Amino acid sequence: MNLNPIHRRRLTLILIIIIAVAVATALALYALQQNINLFYSPSQVAAGQVPVNHAFRLGGIVQAGSVKHAPDSLQVVFTVTDNKKSVLVNYTGILPDLFREGQAVVVEGKLTTQGTLQADQVLAKHDEKYMPAAVKAMLKPAVK
Amino acid sequence: MLPEIGHFALIIAFCFALIQAIFPLIGSYRNQTFCIQLAKPAALGQLLFILISVGCLISAFITNDFSVQYVAQNSNTQLPLPYKIAALWGAHEGSLLLWVTILSLWTNAVACWSKPIPAAILARVISILGILSTGFLLFLLLTSNPFKRLLPDIPVQGADLNPLLQDPGLVIHPPMLYMGYVGFAVAFAFAVTALLNGRLDTAWARWTRPWAIAAWSFLTAGITLGSWWAYRELGWGGWWFWDPVENASFLPWLTGTALIHSLIVVEKRSSFKGWTILLAICAFSLSLLGTFLVRSGVLVSVHAFANDPARGAFLLQFLTVVIGASLLLYAIRAPVIRGGSYFALLSRETFLLINNVLLMVIMATILLGTLYPLILDGLNLGKISVGPPYFNAVFVPLIIPLLIFMGIGPVSYWREMNSLMLIKRLWLPFICAVLLAVILLYVSTGQLPWQVALGLILACWIILTTMQLLLNQIIKRKNFSFVRHILGMTLAHLGIAICVIGITLTSYYKAERDVKISLGDTVQVGPYDFRFVNINNLPGPNYQAIDAEFAVSQAGQAVSTLHAQKRIYTADQITMTEAAIDAGIWRDLYIALGEPLTDTTWSVRIYYKPFVRWIWLGGILMVLGGIAAVSQRSKLICRQPTNSHY
Repeated sequence: MNLNPIHRRRLTLILIIIIAVAVATALALYALQQNINLFYSPSQVAAGQVPVNHAFRLGGIVQAGSVKHAPDSLQVVFTVTDNKKSVLVNYTGILPDLFREGQAVVVEGKLTTQGTLQADQVLAKHDEKYMPAAVKAMLKPAVK
Repeated sequence: MLPEIGHFALIIAFCFALIQAIFPLIGSYRNQTFCIQLAKPAALGQLLFILISVGCLISAFITNDFSVQYVAQNSNTQLPLPYKIAALWGAHEGSLLLWVTILSLWTNAVACWSKPIPAAILARVISILGILSTGFLLFLLLTSNPFKRLLPDIPVQGADLNPLLQDPGLVIHPPMLYMGYVGFAVAFAFAVTALLNGRLDTAWARWTRPWAIAAWSFLTAGITLGSWWAYRELGWGGWWFWDPVENASFLPWLTGTALIHSLIVVEKRSSFKGWTILLAICAFSLSLLGTFLVRSGVLVSVHAFANDPARGAFLLQFLTVVIGASLLLYAIRAPVIRGGSYFALLSRETFLLINNVLLMVIMATILLGTLYPLILDGLNLGKISVGPPYFNAVFVPLIIPLLIFMGIGPVSYWREMNSLMLIKRLWLPFICAVLLAVILLYVSTGQLPWQVALGLILACWIILTTMQLLLNQIIKRKNFSFVRHILGMTLAHLGIAICVIGITLTSYYKAERDVKISLGDTVQVGPYDFRFVNINNLPGPNYQAIDAEFAVSQAGQAVSTLHAQKRIYTADQITMTEAAIDAGIWRDLYIALGEPLTDTTWSVRIYYKPFVRWIWLGGILMVLGGIAAVSQRSKLICRQPTNSHY
């Protein structure tokens, strides 16, 4: 090819930029595919819409009287409900300050073959009046 | 009475903002001196009345005037005084008032320190800032009036400030962050002025750069403080969560970093002109986007208070108008300001271009991860969340080349250089960096994990090349005056290196244990033993605390005593975890109480975090670098006549 120096320089620079952008896009798409957590309700879990062994988020209300602590470890078991169906959650660790029975909660984890949720993270937000928007939207039809 | 005066002052400030937005701009086109000269007094008048308004709101907080809704919702008679003042920016209305105040402060700073800038150009800059201010004041007055009264049923007690926000970090974090966000408005106004004028020369870059660096420094300080606050107050011991709100401040920071680097090229070499304008528009647009994301309630987060759809809609429209109009102007006028000078592939211009491209690519990937859930939700395609693994997976591979080029860029020459010269300058620091990092790591731990080695090599590489450059300058010039010239860059780059060391070591060597612990038990975390000594109740000013005492020892030697607390705030019965931290330059010890399992048994998080302070130390160094650069450059501007080009 017969390119003068200025064109060759420009071409190289553009190539660098394209490569950088392409690498970033590939990385971003790959990482997105691996790390998107879909949000489900207990009813959807009960209906079998959630694939086993795939991380997802479950939103709902902690059922009153369902929280049980293990006597010798930090293991805790509780039930998350949307007033129609409920899912048993198994978690080992420290629950957040605002985790209460009867309060909204978002649990992140994987579904076991027994249909219980093995949680990696439990989120309860910092405001008593607060309810996660996703949970609120989900509960609306049930409240009616 | 005072709240009404405050509200009225805000309306007068709005009128001043209108004058400031309209007349100087018209005057600069019609060459009417009177209209041009209106710019500065209008800006000053606006500031005066905004300050009166702020004063009224502060006095309402101090005197516990709960007839004002905003005060009733965010204060309490028992709230300590510093937090009463900080409560001013504790929620939506007040933080918008802070936004407007800071914009007005920046405007007056520009009006004040701008002797070399021709009056007509300055008038346009101030006008554009006036337009932005008009928009925000309108927003404040129409949808978020902080002086709204609660009449006739005046509450006897306020609802108290969100306990999470009752921390020294919060007193200064939002003003710093806003100084940064809003500071980019100045660079934006200069960019739009350049587009309007159709002229962009090296003098323009010389005027704009100190403002961009100042805004960047404030933003850096704000982000650093925010990270420190999250570490202390959220009780998880993390310093960065890739929370959408954190990302909202990180996006303008990345763009601002690209901007202050590309401005160098415009100033020294007259290249990258259009690109720099685009970056200035981008930095401010992302600041606005950040404000929108945080303030509109589309994000669910600690920071998102407002859930009034009218506010979100107004902000979104404002955002669309500002970004749309400036990009349209860019599309029309950018061809006029083209031009640049030749540079070879191996030159400082190329390295700065690589810096810019990488920074913007990183910015784009983070933007994607932050907005993706919102877009899907908006299109009703389902609710998802994008977690930290995504951000780590894209951020780390992209930041590594950036760090490598950070060592090369500063020692390269403008225009062109040959590769032998570059190798001659860099082989020694490269070998030293590898040896230093590997030896230090191996001697202190006896192991060589590749992630840590890589992080340390990159940090040493930046430190050594930067120091080599500094030493060369001292030896060459035989005096220290020239050092001041590159002091800002040196400090900022060293700050990045220190930050990299902190992140690498704390991520890899941290020890975190969630345990169940009874009174008298001992737990080992990292090289330390933690003994649960005592637990009792302590009253606070506006809360009740349960205080747990831990004795920390290492190999039998007492290290310190830590008091972790669980606080229940009286006003709204919110429970808060107050972590106990033993801070040190080499390591932090961190204890946060979980929940009581029996009377004497608690679940507790105990963390050992080596080098975590270095992350914020790096941030402080970057801010110092920014300050050094601004003070140096502002002197330079004052000394030079307007028409000089060098």
